[in-house]
Amino acid sequence: MDDKIAFVFSNNLLNYKFRQGHPFDQKRIELTIDLLKEIGALSSSQMILPRMATDEELLLVHDPTYIEAVKKAGKGKLSIEQAENFGLGTEDTPIFPNMHEASAIVVGGTLTAVDFVMEQQGKHALHLGGGLHHGFRGKASGFCIYNDCSVAIQYIRKKYDAKVLYIDTDAHHGDGVQWTFYDDPNVCTVSIHETGRYLFPGTGNIYERGHGQGYGYSYNIPLDAFTEDDSFLFAYRKTVSEIARFFQPDVILTQNGADAHYYDPLTHLATTIRIYREVPKLAHELAHQYSEGRWIALGGGGYDIWRVVPRAWALLWLEMTGQVEKATGTLPKRWLEKWGNRSPVSLPETWDDPENLYPPIPRKSEIEEKNRITVEKALQILKG
Amino acid sequence: MLVEEMMVTDVITLKKEDSIKNAVDLMKEKKIRHLPIVDRTKTLIGIVTDRDIRSAVPSIFCIDKQKEFLNKPLETIMTTDVITAHPLDFVEEVAATFYKHRIGSLPVVKKEKLVGIITQTDVLKTFVELTGTNQPGTQIEIRVPNKPGTLADILQQIRHFHTNVLSVLIYPDKMKAQSKIIVLRLGTINPNPIINALKEHQYEILWPNLSGYHNG
Repeated sequence: MDDKIAFVFSNNLLNYKFRQGHPFDQKRIELTIDLLKEIGALSSSQMILPRMATDEELLLVHDPTYIEAVKKAGKGKLSIEQAENFGLGTEDTPIFPNMHEASAIVVGGTLTAVDFVMEQQGKHALHLGGGLHHGFRGKASGFCIYNDCSVAIQYIRKKYDAKVLYIDTDAHHGDGVQWTFYDDPNVCTVSIHETGRYLFPGTGNIYERGHGQGYGYSYNIPLDAFTEDDSFLFAYRKTVSEIARFFQPDVILTQNGADAHYYDPLTHLATTIRIYREVPKLAHELAHQYSEGRWIALGGGGYDIWRVVPRAWALLWLEMTGQVEKATGTLPKRWLEKWGNRSPVSLPETWDDPENLYPPIPRKSEIEEKNRITVEKALQILKG
Repeated sequence: MLVEEMMVTDVITLKKEDSIKNAVDLMKEKKIRHLPIVDRTKTLIGIVTDRDIRSAVPSIFCIDKQKEFLNKPLETIMTTDVITAHPLDFVEEVAATFYKHRIGSLPVVKKEKLVGIITQTDVLKTFVELTGTNQPGTQIEIRVPNKPGTLADILQQIRHFHTNVLSVLIYPDKMKAQSKIIVLRLGTINPNPIINALKEHQYEILWPNLSGYHNG
């Protein structure tokens, strides 16, 4: 490890907690950190503390009335009627004490990662608490209150004037980020997700390509439900490499949601842990090829917090720090023992998933064909 | 929804004395395919479409004839028997008119004056809005017996969860004549609690699901 690489974390990030039993659960970060420490892949010297985002920074993307509403909600001073207009107090984003502070530190963590990379303290930074890509200008959506990805990109534009490539491999469409930069040719957004035919948020079809000056700077690959590793990786590699070559980014921001796995309870893709080895690998390569290594990786979705997210996110850090060889064979025994009896499901014992993780998918070849055509259509405008 | 809520009011028009070349250039510049023809009082007297021009233009090999053709006034090729819409027509009526006459656009006329134009694209956009897909949400499909009270019962189940219903569509079930399919768009990223509650009440969820194949 020649370069310094940062892992942004503090226990304050765990305050982003809606309620007991809510699917969005940051315990997954604790599980990931513990796993990395067990294999000796994360040292305290690599960890840096997130700062709090200021109101001014949040205003780069969010409406002042919305920020006020979140602040009031966190103090129990927002009526139910008012809350509904801002997407707060719903089943997805219930109100919780001090929700403004808990959300502002999530954004601040992403800004900390950005400054670390852009001020050349090191080439890469990871902030697993971030990646809340559904947040809108004036509305909470899909578990996301403030959109740290959007704020960070706008912050990079204003402070460093760099061209940003945003790569979103969460199983849900990265709608909040896409719409924020829909007419901006200096920010290229790529989202690879399960088709919105049934899945939230419903957008992210190939014809959402940007608007005005930003036309040709938004890309979407809606994959069919039950897409498996090979087809997912084909779509990802082809799309992301061609777009990076076309766009020549100054910095790459990846949203590494870990909810495309077969086990994920909220989505219907059928990938395995293998994609979480491969996805960061290419992002890493492209960052060195086009952006002098500048790469900021964020968390995102991921609702099987026991069997999927810890391995997937550990692999992200291992790729970033060049230690993937540490993720072979069985998982550390101490980790399995420690978390095994707290987990409601039995934990996988190996880094890789077994061959027969799930029964064969009907219509597999049709799904692959459809995804291939989707990729072709989405990339058509690159050739023009 | 009414035509007046969907139509474009800033209509690009020409006069019957204008040349066919004017129309060709204007269509190209504005990327449109339909030009209503009006008189000085904005009364609609005809329409010219890109199809009218294409089918009237002489062969490209007769350049002289083509020049002559392009200089002719629009009244020589315009359709005078125009199918129109009224601002108070409903979206469904307009959609049916497009379908029945196989046309792509309708001038909107009130008291003989042209007040707007509505195209198939505008109607399609409205239908997309009606299905609620322009707001973040999850879609679920439920097969239900075709009898009164079913929709109310389903919504009653959903009422327990603090989740907004963005749209409801009901369509005939092509597989089973005695049932219907209800499509709900829910303002949530996590439909599982609602799906489970509906399943407990013996409702058949078609999607998200795949022919007997279950995830997780």
